[in-house]
Amino acid sequence: MTAAVTAHGAHAHADDRSFVRKYVFSTDHKIIGIQFLFLSLFFLLVGGLLAMGIRWQLGFPGQAMPLGGWLPQGVAPGGVVAPKMYISLVTMHGTFMIFFAVMPLLVGVFANYLIPLKIGAPDMAFPRLNMWSFWLMIPSGLLMLSSLFVLGGSSVAGWTVYAPLSNTPDYTGVHLGQQLWCLSIVVFGASSLLGSVNYITTVINLRAPGMTWFRMPLSVWALFITAVLAILAVPVLAGAVIMLFFDQTIGTHFYLPAGGGQPLMWQHLFWFFGHPEVYILILPAMGIASDVIANGARKPIFGYTSMVWAMVAIAFLGFIVWGHHMFQSGMNPTLASAFMVSTIVIAVPSAIKVFNWLGTLWRGSIHFTTPMLNALAFVSMFIIGGLSGIFMASTPVDMYIHGTYFIVAHIHYVLFGGSLFAIFAGIYFWFPKMFGKQLDERLGKVHFALTFVFYNLTFFPMHILGLGGEMRRIYDPTVYDYLRPLQPINVFITINAFLLFLSQLVMLWNVIRTLAWGKKAEMNPWHDCGLEWTVPSPPPHGNFEHTPTVYHGPYEFSVPGAAADFIPVNQPPAQAGEAHR
Amino acid sequence: MTAHEAPLAPEATAPHSIGVHTQKLGMWVFLVSEVMFFTALIGSYIILRWGTDAPWPEPRTVLAIPVTALNTFILICSSVSMVKAYAAAVKDDQRGLKRWLLTTVVGGATFVGVQVREYIHLVQKGFLPSSGLFGASFYTMTGFHGFHVTCGVLSMIWVTIRAFRGKYAGGKYQGIETIGLYWHFVDLVWIILFTIVYLI
Repeated sequence: MTAAVTAHGAHAHADDRSFVRKYVFSTDHKIIGIQFLFLSLFFLLVGGLLAMGIRWQLGFPGQAMPLGGWLPQGVAPGGVVAPKMYISLVTMHGTFMIFFAVMPLLVGVFANYLIPLKIGAPDMAFPRLNMWSFWLMIPSGLLMLSSLFVLGGSSVAGWTVYAPLSNTPDYTGVHLGQQLWCLSIVVFGASSLLGSVNYITTVINLRAPGMTWFRMPLSVWALFITAVLAILAVPVLAGAVIMLFFDQTIGTHFYLPAGGGQPLMWQHLFWFFGHPEVYILILPAMGIASDVIANGARKPIFGYTSMVWAMVAIAFLGFIVWGHHMFQSGMNPTLASAFMVSTIVIAVPSAIKVFNWLGTLWRGSIHFTTPMLNALAFVSMFIIGGLSGIFMASTPVDMYIHGTYFIVAHIHYVLFGGSLFAIFAGIYFWFPKMFGKQLDERLGKVHFALTFVFYNLTFFPMHILGLGGEMRRIYDPTVYDYLRPLQPINVFITINAFLLFLSQLVMLWNVIRTLAWGKKAEMNPWHDCGLEWTVPSPPPHGNFEHTPTVYHGPYEFSVPGAAADFIPVNQPPAQAGEAHR
Repeated sequence: MTAHEAPLAPEATAPHSIGVHTQKLGMWVFLVSEVMFFTALIGSYIILRWGTDAPWPEPRTVLAIPVTALNTFILICSSVSMVKAYAAAVKDDQRGLKRWLLTTVVGGATFVGVQVREYIHLVQKGFLPSSGLFGASFYTMTGFHGFHVTCGVLSMIWVTIRAFRGKYAGGKYQGIETIGLYWHFVDLVWIILFTIVYLI
């Protein structure tokens, strides 16, 4: 039986799977990618709502929140955010956005959906493990969500859960909430591990004939390198979190000075994971943006090989810079200098990438489609976020701005301005392939314009707040005389944050409308070269009728002499003159 | 396995693959992450023990080293029997395969049993995870290693059952090599742990 299935397993065949096998416990990488999409968009909404709570308190400290009366009196007496709830909001906003929204959006969605399609494989190397990678995210997310509702509240130690604040309930009154945080992250780590093993193995072993390493699209390269980072970094987080969990539950003292433990060890372990995590959150975005920009500019990507090596360099450097998160924690100045230099060196490969994107755009015939607009926003916002990153890399500057809103502005410029715009670009770009329906371009552009404007009005003024001395994670800035003059900026940010949140309803409406009444997508609506555009939208189970053969590089746009302005990667060279189908 | 629940099984190797079976490659990638996991635990232990001047108890005053040395020997022997099982599978010697797999299961299970007995003994003596950093790191490191051996034994039992059903006959022995990799890795981790936790 098994042998018979294997024999024709490599090709798309009549789909006789039951509903549950097809859509719920599916081993099909495309369904798993779409499952991740809905799950992580849900957590993006949760994280966004928490952010609204934070902004309300900062804009209008001590005033009752709209709808705040619905919250239990314990956390929001009279609808006003209580101090402990505020810190809980900050902690859980970061946690949900990083672990449950942006990381699964980039890796869970795009790695799952794109890798097999783009390299010409019928599915992942281990489809069942892939299914488990999604189904472990459910208990992980539920554990984290439930921590919001247990006695004592959720973790209040920030998303970095620094010890000893996190493992000493006497300081915070949080017992179970922090333990659930730890358990959730361990399960999350297992999910990430199963996914990453799959992505790496699939890319190494399942490429179609002709799909050589340096014919892989940059998105696949980025997702592959990201998976390598995850394999190396996430287990360290798991180990560190397990020790934190033991500190709280079975009386160990790993991070408690009282028993001889070392709180700084937590920071080292956490940031050994945490800095590669930063690149886990940005490399796939770079890959997606590269694909979309080459397509939108109708030009081959400029400096393809240097793009690949720049990502490899970023990934490698990402492992030797973690100390720059700890300049303020007390560090030997010589060591701090080493971390400062290694961090600043990352600007080199990052700049290579930025200039290559600009080089790709140079004299291209740019099509301002919704994905392209979002990808361009990614590049420009990443430049701002990257430049403010150099401020933080420099130890003496960092000493002043590290604990302030400047760093809040920085992380949102790379994580929202960078990653999330690239995610939007990816969703608009591959939505027709995923669902077989074309998102409305006009609504897409409205969504983009509103998001871009309100995003900048929300986060750019935070740089000014930070340089003015406003601390991050502060409950009520108006209690300080020197911060009171800055309060109008906080009100301005809050209003724009609400508008930014509301702008996302345009995208939500666009998705609902398209899924219900949208126009059917063509096989290749963006006239792209990739293998995923040579199969129907959505592709059948097994993806390809016959294993495709690849003859071209990934970005052969506007080749002189070719009939169309793109050459599909699987077009045999003999027919180079007849690109249109 | 029915047709409609079978995942699409991609061919073992594609033309551009590096020539390693997909299953084996996946196990190697998984083991890389396992290395990082144990590195986090062992690295923390090294920092906590040798990173400060605080006194550290002599391991031999707390732990029964001869018993654990014997247990280490048993685990290493089970690695040898794993190698013999693989060699038998390559030669399609089904009887040898079953015999050596059973030996490996018994070896691994014995190791876990002796470790559980060691734990009970230590707890009775009052040596607990809360007994200072030595107790904490001892139980965390050996506990996670024991968990890995237990997972290995359970998988090995499953592989043995499959072997008795003849699933690895006729050259289809990749599964034996894959679980063997895991088994040797777990064995290697123990040799490191035994050295730095018990002996030094």
